[in-house]
Amino acid sequence: MEGIASLLAPFAEFGFMRRALAGCVALSVSAPLIGVFLMLRRMSLVGDAIQHAILPGAALGYLVAGLSLGAMTLGGLVAGLAVALLAGLITRTTNLREDTAIATFYILSLALGVTLLTARGTNVDVLRVLFGSVLALDDATLLLMTGVSSITVLALALFLRPMVLEFADSGFLRSVSAAGGAMHFLFLGLAVLNMVAAFHALGTLLSIGIMILPAATARLWTNDLTRLMASSVAIALASCSVGLVASYHLELASGPAIILVAGCVYMASILAGRAGGLLPRLIPRRHLEG
Amino acid sequence: MNTAIAFENLTLGYDRHPAVHHLNGEIARGALLAVVGPNGAGKSTLLKSIAGILRPLDGAIRVAGAESGSLAYLPQIIESDRSFPISVHEFIAMGAWRQIGMFAGLSRAVRSRIDETVAAVGLAGFASRPIGTLSGGQMQRALFARLMLQDASTILLDEPFASIDQKTTQDLLDIVRHWHAEGRTVLAVLHDLALVRAAFPRTLLLARELIAWGPTEQALSPANLMAARNMVAAFDSDAHACERAA
Repeated sequence: MEGIASLLAPFAEFGFMRRALAGCVALSVSAPLIGVFLMLRRMSLVGDAIQHAILPGAALGYLVAGLSLGAMTLGGLVAGLAVALLAGLITRTTNLREDTAIATFYILSLALGVTLLTARGTNVDVLRVLFGSVLALDDATLLLMTGVSSITVLALALFLRPMVLEFADSGFLRSVSAAGGAMHFLFLGLAVLNMVAAFHALGTLLSIGIMILPAATARLWTNDLTRLMASSVAIALASCSVGLVASYHLELASGPAIILVAGCVYMASILAGRAGGLLPRLIPRRHLEG
Repeated sequence: MNTAIAFENLTLGYDRHPAVHHLNGEIARGALLAVVGPNGAGKSTLLKSIAGILRPLDGAIRVAGAESGSLAYLPQIIESDRSFPISVHEFIAMGAWRQIGMFAGLSRAVRSRIDETVAAVGLAGFASRPIGTLSGGQMQRALFARLMLQDASTILLDEPFASIDQKTTQDLLDIVRHWHAEGRTVLAVLHDLALVRAAFPRTLLLARELIAWGPTEQALSPANLMAARNMVAAFDSDAHACERAA
């Protein structure tokens, strides 16, 4: 009992730890769902690139207004959406493939973002933008994160059928409904929203982790979409809580600690995952009758 | 009003290079038409343009009652991605889109129709399996089940029996015959000439241009088949703009 009490003590004792936990819970409810669809659509790297595209936008907001939530959020949203759309446009209209379009934007965004930041910011600001500040979430940021999370869950609940169909068989959806394009853009919009929310807590380099790691971990355990979505959220929630506690007791940086905990669960699942892990494939078992 | 699809001086292609050149003609409502020709003849391109996926370079296609839902299209099986984790039942159920749309729940009537359709194509035991675990033939059965649920008046099939075993081909062909008996218009791209002669009353023989179109035996005459085989498949990168009149 005492052990549990001392584990939970930081949350009882410090407001910033409670805020960090609240922000992480909000993120964990929606970001892994976006991650599941990014992964199933083989867009994990696209997500990574959009995440980096947020950097120059947020940096521009920072240049104009300093560490202002509104300016950095707006800048990040605009830049993220612009790159998501531009990468798609380049893939469709030039002879470059999507991976190339993505890789070029990814690196340009990072260079432009860091250039803008260092033009005025200090090294502390740069670190904060790259790796987030989960222990310094103010009311406005928390509201933004919970708002994004609520919008995401509502939109997914409402449009799950056409969105799944757009991802599973977009040609068929196009033949029965004009909603395909709208679903694609709705998804990109939700993805960018979640990335901007995650950016505030985990920074531009780590925030894709809370989307993709839980999704990839869940994929190793199940082939069912509903379970995939539910378990990725559970994994994210657990990783965030354990990561925060560990970072407090072991005096580690909180954002990276959260991602590392998610990473440990992922590595264990690569070994043991029932649906796609290594061990279940290596253990010899008799074949079935039919 | 007895025309299901009409081609008017239709030219289709990619990057201005024609794949189907100056096609004219009409497909009667309720027709069972085979589209035959060598690889690269423009057969799939023609189906894609009827389905509205590809815009004509020139000319026009008129599809009677072109409102959404009156037309169902089955692409070649190699074009489908089966990695998405949904079950056979969920996959087939989407054929009922016209009834359930984006938001509606599955009513008891729709549910039982889905179950009947799943059983009709012989996939009853597979309903809860992920589509990724189906064999090629089983996947084609699932796609046919989804087409059946779509209840479309015009059905386009692109090589529906490619790499499918004889039993499955016969079962699926029975479904096609059933659609024909119900008065639906069915177009199928096919390579098996024996099957075309046995099951399709009319044939459109295509080799980038129309070679023949009519009763199957006449369309597939040795002279016509020879003409189709001699199709120039080469792609002339220095081609001039086409001046041919309609």
